[in-house]
Amino acid sequence: MLSCKEATRLLSEGQDRPLGVSEKMALELHLLMCRGCTNFGKQMDFLRQACRGYLSRRKPGEDAD
Amino acid sequence: MSEANNPLIDPAWLAEIRRDMVRFAGLQLRDETLAEDVVQEALAAALSGAREFAGRSALKTWIFAILKNKIVDQIRVKARTTNVSALSAEEESMDQTFDSLFKANAHWTPAARPSDWGDPAESLRQQRFWAVFEACLKHLPENTARVFMMREFLEFETPEVCAELSISTSNCNVILHRARNGLRRCLEKNWFVAGEQPC
Repeated sequence: MLSCKEATRLLSEGQDRPLGVSEKMALELHLLMCRGCTNFGKQMDFLRQACRGYLSRRKPGEDAD
Repeated sequence: MSEANNPLIDPAWLAEIRRDMVRFAGLQLRDETLAEDVVQEALAAALSGAREFAGRSALKTWIFAILKNKIVDQIRVKARTTNVSALSAEEESMDQTFDSLFKANAHWTPAARPSDWGDPAESLRQQRFWAVFEACLKHLPENTARVFMMREFLEFETPEVCAELSISTSNCNVILHRARNGLRRCLEKNWFVAGEQPC
């Protein structure tokens, strides 16, 4: 059974490479039972979104083209 | 196209975009003078071509694409003389903090359990969020930030980041995990909890 610490590593690596079948399964089983790691995973997705959106963020007074 | 007769470019817009560029380059290079130089070069290159743009956002995208290339060039030069995998005191302390989030059985302590951030799109629409986000990025140790920003802002694939900086894949993974955890903790503390208070 995966620990939370290990789950965070897989959740981070999942942002960088496709996880293997057994990694994915262990992670999914863990997430089903763990609210903290589920939130951690959503936070990883949020970071990706924020980084991608950083340069196109709208500034005060900036008009659309 | 030249700077003088392009209707998209006015001095105020240029000054604003220049500020953004210097901030962006500074976050990655951690060297203000170098950041200024790189921005100057990128602007000169971007505005000298005879290209036409449908609008300012297309022009801005083009300018930042050139800036990203110039930043990568500088990172390559720097990488020859720095050992990215050497652990600084700051990085060691981040790792200790991370370990302290867990109980002996490697599950979250109740106080450290990551919280639900609700609808993230809501944060991304707010000006103040981006100020906190930048401050948190600036707060990351230099090498950790460099690896993270190459991955997430310059959009290199992870194996490319490792190759460019001559670090092993597992080390790359460790650094990215450290950066992401540091950043999420900083945002949790300074935005998702603190940001909602009205003062």
